[in-house]
Amino acid sequence: MSIWEYANPKKFMATTAPAVPWLFALGIGAIVVALVWGFFFTPADYRQGATVKIIYLHVPSAMLAINAWLMMLVASLIWLVRRHHVSALAAKAAAPVGITMTLIALMTGAIWGQPMWGTWWVWDPRLTSFLILFLFYLGYVALWSAIEDPDTAADLTSILCIVGSVFAVLSRYAVNFWTQGLHQGASLSLDAKENVADVFYQPLLLAIAGFILLFLALVLLRTRTEIRWRRVRALDLRARRD
Amino acid sequence: MAGLKNLRKRRRVQIIVAAFVALALATGLIGYAMKDGINFFRSPSEVVAAPPPEGEVFRIGGLVEPGSLVRGEGTQIRFSVTDGGASVPVTYDGILPDLFGEGEGVVAQGRLVNGTVQAFEILAKHDETYMPREVIDALKEQGVYVAPDAGDGGS
Repeated sequence: MSIWEYANPKKFMATTAPAVPWLFALGIGAIVVALVWGFFFTPADYRQGATVKIIYLHVPSAMLAINAWLMMLVASLIWLVRRHHVSALAAKAAAPVGITMTLIALMTGAIWGQPMWGTWWVWDPRLTSFLILFLFYLGYVALWSAIEDPDTAADLTSILCIVGSVFAVLSRYAVNFWTQGLHQGASLSLDAKENVADVFYQPLLLAIAGFILLFLALVLLRTRTEIRWRRVRALDLRARRD
Repeated sequence: MAGLKNLRKRRRVQIIVAAFVALALATGLIGYAMKDGINFFRSPSEVVAAPPPEGEVFRIGGLVEPGSLVRGEGTQIRFSVTDGGASVPVTYDGILPDLFGEGEGVVAQGRLVNGTVQAFEILAKHDETYMPREVIDALKEQGVYVAPDAGDGGS
């Protein structure tokens, strides 16, 4: 038994088929509970007032926007090294989900920034690298659809993904490299002492879990669609040859 | 045949590793070279040590020094920005963001005139602390409230 067995499209389809509905149900359920909990049953922050509640959308979506790109990076590397088609298709399938997450993070950040910072947007290192990541997402999707041959498209988008990972990593760690920026540092971390009071922390964790589950569900569903597309195209080619 | 396939795979891994090393090096060098350009603001210590020429628009960031905030007519205010080391006076006339206050992080954009920053934009810098209002009020009532280290504005 090896993990690479799941790179077989048949095995992949059989394994993920029962998982997708569960992931959708759990993910949407967790998000609904977390948002209702966060929006209506948590107190106001001592300095931000009710504006703090945007954290339940901003933090999970920004985390996933960055981690989706890193997932695409891993999938692209597996494609480049081992040439598993499922891996390339999973990277392709994740990109539009990542774009959506990036857009949610950008918009909620602007809505929070206007009353708190006093501006919708600043050219702070973290914000700038996140915007560049968004442009990389758009370029990635455009490159997939610009190239006819799927293998060539997978190769070139994988290279684009490697280059773009610079900005995924930077938007996570820019606050550590260039300390003189406007965006605050990480609110959640595994090693440092907790900066977020438990009343905000618990619904936030649930929201993050929900976003992750929903992300997995969407990516699996889209990957399954891509695999089926690939099969349809192969059958179509064979039918024309005969 | 299998040997050739393995060799190809090994070559691909080597190329990818080399690409990552080159990418990391390039990013590191660019980031290091453009450190000042990428940093969003200057600290008061930097402004005192190397005052920008008159007329240059720049941003200064730090904490609003407690006790330095003076409100004038209308929306005029003056205060000092400090990073613990140095302190630079700032004047401003306009609407302030919600988070602005003494001891809070601030980023002011403007020009240096006679050692005072005449700002035309004030942004508040929020730190990563989130606490419910009731908890802070209760702590203040008991007199045990200690303001959280207000951001890394000066570091």
